[in-house]
Order: sequence, then C-alpha cells, then structure tokens
Amino acid sequence: MMEQRNFKSQEDAILFEPILRTGRTFYLTLIILVGVIFWAAWAYFYQYREGLGVTGLARPIYWGVYITNFVFFIGISHAGTLISAILRLAKAEWRRSITRSAEVITVLVLFFGVGNILMDLGRPDRMFNILRYPHFQSPLLWDVFSISIYLTASSIYLYLPLIPDIALLRDHGGKYQWFYRLLAIGWKGTEKQHHLLEKGISVMAILVIPIAVSVHTVVSFVFAMTIQPMWHSAIFGPYFVAGAIFSGIAALIVAMNLIRKVYHLEDYLRPVHFNNLGILLLVMTLLWFYFTFTEYLTTFYGGEPIHMTIFWIKFTGRFAPYFWGMFLFCFVIPLPLLSFNKTRTPLGTLIASISVIIGMWLERYVIVVPTLTNPRLPHEDIPYFPTWVEWSIFAGCISFFILLYMIFTKLFPIVSIWEVREGRERSVAEVQERIKTYLPGISVE
Amino acid sequence: MHKWGMVIDLDRCSGCQACVVACHAENNIALIGPTESSIGRSMHWIEILPYIEGEYPHIKARLLPRPCMHCEHPPCIKVCPVGATYQNEEGLVGVVYHRCIGCRYCTTACPYTVRHFNWYQPEWPKEMKGSLNRDVSIRTKGVVEKCTFCHHRLLQAREKAKAGGRDFLPEDYIPACVQACPSNAMFFGDMNDPFSMVSKLSRERRAFKLLEDLGTEPKVIYLSEGI
Repeated sequence: MMEQRNFKSQEDAILFEPILRTGRTFYLTLIILVGVIFWAAWAYFYQYREGLGVTGLARPIYWGVYITNFVFFIGISHAGTLISAILRLAKAEWRRSITRSAEVITVLVLFFGVGNILMDLGRPDRMFNILRYPHFQSPLLWDVFSISIYLTASSIYLYLPLIPDIALLRDHGGKYQWFYRLLAIGWKGTEKQHHLLEKGISVMAILVIPIAVSVHTVVSFVFAMTIQPMWHSAIFGPYFVAGAIFSGIAALIVAMNLIRKVYHLEDYLRPVHFNNLGILLLVMTLLWFYFTFTEYLTTFYGGEPIHMTIFWIKFTGRFAPYFWGMFLFCFVIPLPLLSFNKTRTPLGTLIASISVIIGMWLERYVIVVPTLTNPRLPHEDIPYFPTWVEWSIFAGCISFFILLYMIFTKLFPIVSIWEVREGRERSVAEVQERIKTYLPGISVE
Repeated sequence: MHKWGMVIDLDRCSGCQACVVACHAENNIALIGPTESSIGRSMHWIEILPYIEGEYPHIKARLLPRPCMHCEHPPCIKVCPVGATYQNEEGLVGVVYHRCIGCRYCTTACPYTVRHFNWYQPEWPKEMKGSLNRDVSIRTKGVVEKCTFCHHRLLQAREKAKAGGRDFLPEDYIPACVQACPSNAMFFGDMNDPFSMVSKLSRERRAFKLLEDLGTEPKVIYLSEGI
C-alpha cells in the first residue's frame, strides 16, 4: 500500500520534513528549554531538601500555585482527547489534520498535572502510601483513579491512530528503524487491519468522553466536597469541565499556530480550521461567562456573610486584580476577537487563545487561594505570594511540556498522514452520499 | 466506653496563655521564631483567638482558647487520601505522622483551622533537647500535626492504674492545658457519663459550640454569658 521508498517525491512529503531534518532553531530552543528545566529541577531539589517552607504558603493558605497548576494542567489536557473524540464521532471532516496535535497535548500535559500535585506533597517520599493505604472517602483518591484511567485511555487513543503513520516511517527506511518497527506492531494496511483499527478508534473515542468529563469533575470535587465557603458548590463539576474544555481548545489553537508556522503546514492547518475551532472557543467563552455569572450571582444574592467575605475580596479586595484580570482575559478580550469573521483568523484566534490560557490560569488561582485566606474563625492576615521556587517550577513545567511536544514532532508526524489521505481518497464521495441521506426527494442507492 | 470532651468557661478565662505554654512544653511543639511566625508559620495546638463580633462602636470582644475540637463528624478524616488521620472509639481524633504524605487536604478541609503543617524540619536549641517530652513523638518536616487532647497522658494513666492494681478512672486523665489553667476555666472528662463535670457543664444554658451549624459536633464546649 505505502511501500514507496522515495519519500521525498511522494505526496504529503512536507509532513515528513520535521522528522527527517532538524534545523538550528530547534536545537537553540532545545537548549533554552533544557536550561529552564534544569533551573526548575534545582528549585525543586532545594524545596525537597528544605521543606515546603521555601514556598509562599503558610497557615491558613495551605494550597497555592502548585494546586492551581494541577487544576490548570489537567484542564489543558481536555484539549486533545475530548475535542478529537467529539469531532471524530460527529464525523467532522475538518478534524483530520488537527486531531493528532490535540491528542498529544492531552497525554503530555497530564504528567505535569500529576507532577504538580506530587511536588506539592510535604513527604513526596511517601507518595506510594496512596496505594498502600488508600482511603476511598477522599476525593484526592478519586482523582488518582480517574486520572490514571484517563492517562491510559488517552495514551491508547493517541497510539491507535498513530500505528499506520508509524508503519509509513518504518517503510521509509530512515533513522531508528527498530523503534518504528517495534511500535508499528506489524501493520501492513490490510483490509482486516484497517477494519480493526477503525473499530478500536471509535470504541476509544466513545470511552474517552465520559472519562474526560469525569476527570475534571473529580478535580472539582477536591474543592466542592469540603464545606469551605465558595468551594462547597454543586456547580463546580460542570464549571470545571467547561473551563477545562475552554482552556484546552485555546491550548490547541496555540499549538496549531506554532506547528503551522514552524513546519510550514499552512496547507494542512488552514484558516478554516482556526475559524471552526474559533467558533468552538467562542461557544466556550459564553459558556464560561454563563457559569461564572451564575456562580457569583447565587453567592451574592444569598448574601451569607461567610461567603460574602470571599466574594468581596475577589471583587474589590486583595484578589481584585486577579479576579478582574481573569474576567478580562477569559471574556473581554476573546469575545470580540472570536465573534467576527474578520478576526477569527489564525492570528486572531491565537491572540484570543493566549488570552484565554492566561485567564484560565487566573481563574484556577482565584478559585483556590481566596477561599483559603479567609477561614471561618479569626485568623492571622497572611498575604500569599508565590516565591521564586514556585515560579521556577511553573516555568519548568511549561518548558518541559513544550520540550516533550517538540520531541514528539521529531519522532512522529504531527498531522495524521493516513487520515488526511483517507479524507482525500474516500471522504469527498462519502460526504456527498451522506448529505443525500439528509435530504428529501433524493433516492439513495 | 468513654467519650472525652472539654469545656472552656470563657467567663473565667483571663487570656493568660498558660494553656498555650503548657501545651508547647508537653507536646514538643516546634519553635518557629519571629521571622517565620510573622509570615504565618507559627504552630500552636491550642491558641487564644481574639474573637471580635460587630463593628465599632457596637463591638463585642472576647478571647477564645481554641484546641482541636475533636469533632464527632470530623471533615478532616473524610478527605485524607491515605487514612493518616483517624478517630478512635473514645472519640479522639489523631494523626499517624508516619503515614501522612503532607498533601494538606485536611488542613484546608478543617473549618476550625486547627491543623498545622511542618514547613521545615522542627529544630530546638541544644539546651532544650534534653527537656523534650519523651512520651510525645517528634514530627518531621512535611507532615500535619494537631492537638491530640494529650492522648499519651490517657495511655499513661491507664498503665499507671493497671500497675497500681486499680481500675482506671476518668479523673486520672487530664490534658496539659486543662491542668495548667490558673483560673480553672478548663474542664476535661467523660461526656458519656451524665454526672461528670463536663457533662453537666455542657448542658448549662451558657454552653455553645463553635460553628455548630456545620454539623461537625465538636467535643469542645464553650461557656459564656449572653449567648
């Protein structure tokens, strides 16, 4: 099927380019990222040796940037699998060139979500106690389970559609033959294999949706299950899931913009992709506003003093810059950019997406920290400022994620080659047939 | 079965902090120092809270000694992912320091903020090391700790009674803070015994519990006129 050895001249050659050739910019970026990662590793080592006292945390603000990052990164992970699964099931043909880049985000960013909660532990050396002495009443344990299942499922979901592309690379006879041979697990592209693969992908696509929804719901439960003011909210499950998809789509748009520019894939990631994702992001912007509005209005209307204290420190108090920053970045900036056809371009959606990512980080921060600064009983007035250790580790996480993503693009095609080809060869006719079935007065053969 | 509880009479409390000092000495609570204390890292298993209600000039102020409430339905126990915090059959809420992973979920879930975290390895000056209480284990950095109602004293009292060949009496067990209170504002005993001092006091009209509406059912009961 695909045994052409002269891959230079074959179609979609540009998709192999990143794997075959590596420019100077790549190595330069690599060095910078590795530098940041080493710096963060040193910061963590320092924290490990000295204790969590090197962070800005104190009583009563026991959770800070690490927990914010945990929620944030797990949120970003909803980019991939969920969006790709929904688009696949909805038979959205424009998905073909974007699903891969989305799925990779999910799998890679999950490690940093989990990593942040591990770095937040006072005794990381005892982390296996979670498996040795599990206490099933704890929402944190639910997290452990749902995230492990999610990681497994989304890894399988990333791997399955990769197999035919790995086989392509194996047959090219390029570098790391043994590696691709191993991963291709004997893919020959026969009718039967294709049938099995399609089946596997659709089963995983269906499975992965409830899992993804459950993951962020359970993340929200960590907060919602406690009786702390403005955490103990029934809306938190769907609010967190919506926020996760929101930030996830934004992360995907940023990644696609970078891939498009760096690897010159303008022909594969076209304005229409950004337009469509931009519309999805617009829907999520509005949904985010709806949830935020409901959440804060109910609190305000009820007017319970204990909740109102938190409400006002967010609206006018110490956390007002964060709160209104969140509102600016999550709503005011992206809304007009995404509302008009003229600005729903690759660049326009990129700006909106960067804004959404910043805004969603602030949202997580505004959920986690203010509640903790105001416990019910009289307390010391302790301001929380993250220290250099926390910022360094945050920077390290982002750098490490980008590094892994870059390496992935060097090992595997970031656009699913076989799916694009399949789209060209079969879908055009299929879609035509499908449309016919929608319409009255046309007989379908 | 005993059910241990504490009664604190706010009308008698003078806010002298003797309970705080006694607790520190009894339970090997780490010395934090002024710099770290100023940024919220101080540790007290019992502390005197200034409880101010209303706004000036309609102000009502009082001092409130706050140990762990040893709730009947403790929010901290539910959330611990490793079961490092537990309630024994006599109602005491304890922490297994050697199992705690330091996730600080219990500290955020406790509505009374009585739980403390060891931000650093606790240290004492050389001169003080000899006077540490050998009955109370030293905590390491990265674990959570809190008031135990001086559980070690209960164990000791039981052993003593056994060695003396007599039955253990609830009066044999008294936490350090209660023992140290110079104005007799603190009482301790068996809540299950309807004739015990604490039991009788807890039924007084002056009796109230902190954040009662949360349903945690604290076993520390306060007495105050005008509630």
